[in-house]
Amino acid sequence: MNDASKVIEVNGLSLTFPTSDGDVQALQDIDLTINRGDFVSFIGPSGCGKTTLLRVIADLEQATAGSIEVNGMTPEEARLARAYGYVFQAASLYPWRTIASNVALPLEIMGLKGEEIRSRVERNLALVDLAGFGKKYPWQLSGGMQQRASIARALAVEPDLLLMDEPFGALDEIVRDHLNEQLLKLWAKTNKTVVFVTHSIPEAVFLSNRIVVMSPRPGRIHEVIESDLPPERDLSIRETQSFLHLANRVRDGLRAGHSYDEVS
Amino acid sequence: MVSRHVSAMMPVAVVSLAIIVLWYVGAAMLNLAWEKSVAQRNDTPVSTIQMLRNTMHQERPVLPSPHQVVQEIIDTTIKKKITSKRSLIYHAGITLSSSMLGFAMGTLLGIVLAVIIVYNDALNKSLLPWIIASQTIPILAIAPMIIVVLNAVGIQGLLPKAFISMYLSFFPVAVGMVKGLNSPSSSYLDLMRTYNASSWQTFIKLRLPTSLPFLFTSMKVAVAISVVGAIVAELPTGAVAGLGARLLAGSYYGQTVQIWSALVVASILAALLVVVVGLLGDWVNRRMGLVRG
Amino acid sequence: MERILFTGASVFSVLGVLLQGPWQTGIAMLAVALIAFLQLKRSRLLAAIATGGMALVAANSLIGLVDEAGAVNAGFWCLVVAAWLLAWGSVEQLSAIRTLSKIYRTVLGVVIPVLFGLWLLILWELLTRGLDVPQVLLPAPSQISERFMSSGSILWADFKQTFLRAVLIGYAIGCGAGFVVAVLIDRSPFLQRGLLPIGNLVSALPIVGVAPIMVMWFGFDWPSKAAVVIIMTFFPMLVNTVSGLSAAQPMQHDLMKTYAASYWQSLFKLRIPEALPFIFNALKINSTLAMIGAIVAEFFGTPTVGMGFRISTEVGRMNVDMVWAEIAVAALAGSLFYGLIALLERIFTFWHPSVRS
Repeated sequence: MNDASKVIEVNGLSLTFPTSDGDVQALQDIDLTINRGDFVSFIGPSGCGKTTLLRVIADLEQATAGSIEVNGMTPEEARLARAYGYVFQAASLYPWRTIASNVALPLEIMGLKGEEIRSRVERNLALVDLAGFGKKYPWQLSGGMQQRASIARALAVEPDLLLMDEPFGALDEIVRDHLNEQLLKLWAKTNKTVVFVTHSIPEAVFLSNRIVVMSPRPGRIHEVIESDLPPERDLSIRETQSFLHLANRVRDGLRAGHSYDEVS
Repeated sequence: MVSRHVSAMMPVAVVSLAIIVLWYVGAAMLNLAWEKSVAQRNDTPVSTIQMLRNTMHQERPVLPSPHQVVQEIIDTTIKKKITSKRSLIYHAGITLSSSMLGFAMGTLLGIVLAVIIVYNDALNKSLLPWIIASQTIPILAIAPMIIVVLNAVGIQGLLPKAFISMYLSFFPVAVGMVKGLNSPSSSYLDLMRTYNASSWQTFIKLRLPTSLPFLFTSMKVAVAISVVGAIVAELPTGAVAGLGARLLAGSYYGQTVQIWSALVVASILAALLVVVVGLLGDWVNRRMGLVRG
Repeated sequence: MERILFTGASVFSVLGVLLQGPWQTGIAMLAVALIAFLQLKRSRLLAAIATGGMALVAANSLIGLVDEAGAVNAGFWCLVVAAWLLAWGSVEQLSAIRTLSKIYRTVLGVVIPVLFGLWLLILWELLTRGLDVPQVLLPAPSQISERFMSSGSILWADFKQTFLRAVLIGYAIGCGAGFVVAVLIDRSPFLQRGLLPIGNLVSALPIVGVAPIMVMWFGFDWPSKAAVVIIMTFFPMLVNTVSGLSAAQPMQHDLMKTYAASYWQSLFKLRIPEALPFIFNALKINSTLAMIGAIVAEFFGTPTVGMGFRISTEVGRMNVDMVWAEIAVAALAGSLFYGLIALLERIFTFWHPSVRS
């Protein structure tokens, strides 16, 4: 494995938040490498710092110790170079813009020109199966469609790296399954690197080729599990023995991380 | 706790200080022209420093300096008998009493209208639009007429002025109260329905308590505007008494210091009333357990 | 409810005829009220149209009789009450209609308050003329509209002086300055925390009181009135814009950050759109304040033209119908001004939940 294939490299990273009750250690001694084309999930109970770690990668938080590189740059340089697309927990589309102009928003900020914007919007809306909905307003679409639009918005930047913070957390099970399947197809088609935060075991196992199990107080990595599932998957894989075996490993990891909580 | 209060007060204190400094600078600049013309008329050279010093103590300055206004307020409050026609406390008292009467009547009217509107769909649809429209009309324009007309039929004194204040203050109360009475969520209302509560019980036990925060928020607006109403209502009575009359008399005789001191006292009065209603609202909300802390 | 109203209308119609009111009107109203009472279940809309129409016809004939000698007796007033109850019943019917059609609902939302306002005018007309209320106290609507028609040029001159000059110019400058200052202090949390409480306080103060000072500084003509309007409209706009600019959610700020958006990009693409509902709120409040400020400022001195000037001088001459005509102009201008801003609000903030529903 050479350096060019490393997208994210984290070494000894820690982050403490000052609060009124003293400092809270949100992340402690994180070491992690994510390679090009990986689909990596961060999973763990609330308070384990999985979202914080993602936000550090995106330069939305700053580490207090250790080092982190994104595409060989600091997170800030990577952000300024628009090296990644970020999908939030809520779609957070602007209600005063149509779906198409919401997807165009980052492109306008990057200073792209009209024709280029139009073709990218069209291409990425088609990618998430929203072709023909460009003229609608966000509040005229369902929650699942809104979240797909926000994924299209993140993809429109055409980054190699996609950061997703529990993007399907607020959706119901059926819609979530459907979007999981679509996301996997998208990943296979575009060959992007995806970092995905979730608290759902089936979601993490189904989507990822590596699963980072985290534990709380202080937030750290408990275990990194390599998936042995085939890259081509559909929802029926969830009935297979190897899937259940992998899910059990993740569950055991979470439980082991949790026991720390009960002892103290 | 204390340090947080201090850090919240700091910016306000600095900005207030800056306003006072600007006021002094403004007074010096605006009053300088007069000093220059006096010096020219007397044909005696006056040093700029002396002229600037004089701008702070003119008898009829374009813009009186803050300490002149403070001095005038002290002269006309502490150093005058309250019964004296030249006491600002006397005038403020008159404005206060008519605005309080109007505020009380307006609040009552607003609450009654809100209850009627909430319980009668036809009035909700027919009356509410007019109540809202009535506020887009510059109602203060009617003030002099109401005063003069009521005067013509023999109604004098406090009541006509209070009517103006009432007219201005009922609106925010009515609108806030309608919002408040309609604020219980449908699950709360359904709960009352499962108890088979009468509409009177629902009103007393659910709608009224949940409307209280809305009521006090709108009463703060209402009390401020009722002071404005009382002051404007005092303009057409021939400048007899009240802070509005002081403003008008001051403008007739070019007594800028008097105008400014009346204005400052009116502002203090309005601010105090808003604070009192606000504190009362906080207290009631705490008692009702609607706000913690 | 409407059963009580229609029963009342029938009873008062009978009473009106017995007490020597105009019997044709009484009989007609009785017939309509009874039919409406009996056929209530069939169609609310039909009942509402029949009773409302009848009430208007009856009111019209009663107004026609009001100046005839001896016509205004107890029977007359009973019929007035009957017509009013009939109209009330009609409005009750209209508001009880439950319909899903949006156009239909919009139409009802306009028709019901218009009917209510019309009835206020009818009762006003009947009471002032029927009871011979002195004109000085309260002129009838017909007298006011007559005066309105006959003094169009004076009213127009006053409107031009007060509204087109003082109000509009002062409003534009005051709101514009409030907005610009809010954007300027946006980057200084210190200034915001200092100015916001003061702005809130000043918004509650009787600022119209600066009118005599402004008249002294800027003279009798419209600039002094515009100055009052500027001061009155500045603070609500400042306070609302400052809170509007901080209305965006942290997540949306994060989104702009991931795009590496500049300060001005996130100001124009995120925060100003997000602040629009607040800004329009201030624009609406200010439209009323501006009218009040300009008119009241004229009480402290004007050239011999202007709405406030006209009101105060005509009151002195006891020309109350002229005062009312002037107030009608002010009301019309005020509500059109407000309505225009409300319309713009709907166009610009069509996406906001309060407008969507």
